Amino acid sequence: MTQVKMTVNGKAASGEVEGRTLLAQFLREDQGLTGTHIGCDTSQCGACVVHVNGEAVKACTMLAIEADGANVDTIEGQADADGSLNVIQQAFQDHHGLQCGFCTPGMVMSAAALLKENPKPSEAEVRHYLDGNICRCTGYHNIVKAIMAASGQDVSAIAAE
Amino acid sequence: MYNFDVERPSTVAEAVAAMGRDEAQPMSGGQTLIPTLKARLAAPSVLVSLGGIEEMKGVSMADGLLSVGGGTTHAAVAREAAAHYPALAGLAARIGDPAVRNRGTIGGSVANNDPSACYPAAVLGSGATVVTNQREIAADDYFLGMFETALDEGEIVTGVNFPVPQAAHYEKMIQPASRFPLVAVFVAKFSDGLRVAVTGASNNGVFRWTEAETALAADFSADALNGVKADASEMISDLHGTGAYRAHLVNVMTKRAVAAIG
Ligand SMILES: Cc1cc2nc3c(=O)[nH]c(=O)nc-3n(C[C@H](O)[C@H](O)[C@H](O)COP(=O)(O)OP(=O)(O)OC[C@H]3O[C@@H](n4cnc5c(N)ncnc54)[C@H](O)[C@@H]3O)c2cc1C
Ligand code: FES
Ligand code: FES
Repeated sequence: MTQVKMTVNGKAASGEVEGRTLLAQFLREDQGLTGTHIGCDTSQCGACVVHVNGEAVKACTMLAIEADGANVDTIEGQADADGSLNVIQQAFQDHHGLQCGFCTPGMVMSAAALLKENPKPSEAEVRHYLDGNICRCTGYHNIVKAIMAASGQDVSAIAAE
Repeated sequence: MYNFDVERPSTVAEAVAAMGRDEAQPMSGGQTLIPTLKARLAAPSVLVSLGGIEEMKGVSMADGLLSVGGGTTHAAVAREAAAHYPALAGLAARIGDPAVRNRGTIGGSVANNDPSACYPAAVLGSGATVVTNQREIAADDYFLGMFETALDEGEIVTGVNFPVPQAAHYEKMIQPASRFPLVAVFVAKFSDGLRVAVTGASNNGVFRWTEAETALAADFSADALNGVKADASEMISDLHGTGAYRAHLVNVMTKRAVAAIG
């Protein structure tokens, strides 16, 4: 076992891990942060997306040891300081960007990474950026709409199907 | 996944030393290796994580040669190579998805030599040189077949040096379930010749399509490829497409790449 230390959502976190312990497993099982979902465990679905040193990664495809010393952000740290939903989360609620909610943590984390890199993406750019996030429920339209709205753009012309 | 020890060297020399341990295997982004470990298709005793080796990261340009460190992520190549070699940056920007691009590296991709991977097409199509901790290997001598390369046991890809062509284009027909290419073609035009490299198509992995190179040397236009056929008997046949379909796509992707270069 190896001791790892990282900053998770701004707070110091540490634990004992095996070589093979995945970051997703460390977050969920060791830290109790079960908002990071495991949809596929094969690097396909993006439900497990978190930010490591500000970059979106699939927590099911990174070893916890490799995040030693890193800054990790998960869905649990996304709400504003007073506990209210942040702009992206609120837009998902307002525009019906989720149904069962299973993909949502990864969608919100990917959206946050996109908007940091590209604050006013086009609809095509949003769709392209979500290549690695699979949703079985919504058909994506309302997710795309929510992300466009969160970026401050007018979404009245985007069809809601 | 069976358990293993993890070594985190911070220099190439330390990585080479760690690779001396019994049943050691290098890992870069882990975007191919971690799924492989989960499927128990690999079971090293020691994983040597190359992610902390700063000397293997970054892109630099000197004397018409673009050097990309083996540990440079796809996302970093997409950003940092854009001004020097747009076709290469464009290829990197379309590998997988953003999260894969933030972890996956050129060294891992070139070492793995997946028959459908993107980078091998750029490396072979540019006539690049693969640099390891021991030697430099010309692309033409490096790719030996599906998942096979000239690398020796324990040899580490530390970088790739690309001669920058006058013009180049990578045309990728995406296989939407995996986001790998179904078939993709890299065409590069140099002052002293041209190269056409094909990935995703052949049972022998990435290859130079010499018939197309000959036709294009005489007349660099999409029409010059009318009637030039890739050999369907060499092509991968699977649930995503037959060999004949892939052979057809090789021609179409090459034409599109040539047309894009103009
Ligand atoms: C959802 C998804 C979509 C993808 N889509 C594409 C795509 O469209 N196109 C594409 O080309 N690829 C694609 N990939 C693969 C991705 O690009 C991988 O990042 C890449 O193939 C391997 O790079 P890595 O750094 O992750 O290597 P790793 O997974 O760490 O290693 C791969 C292999 O190379 C060895 N190795 C690693 N680094 C070195 C080194 N420096 N020297 C010697 N040996 C080394 C390892 O031991 C292992 O055998 C995709 C992957 C996923 C999960
Ligand atoms: S659980 Fe990580 S990509 Fe699906
Ligand atoms: S809301 Fe159910 S998977 Fe996306």
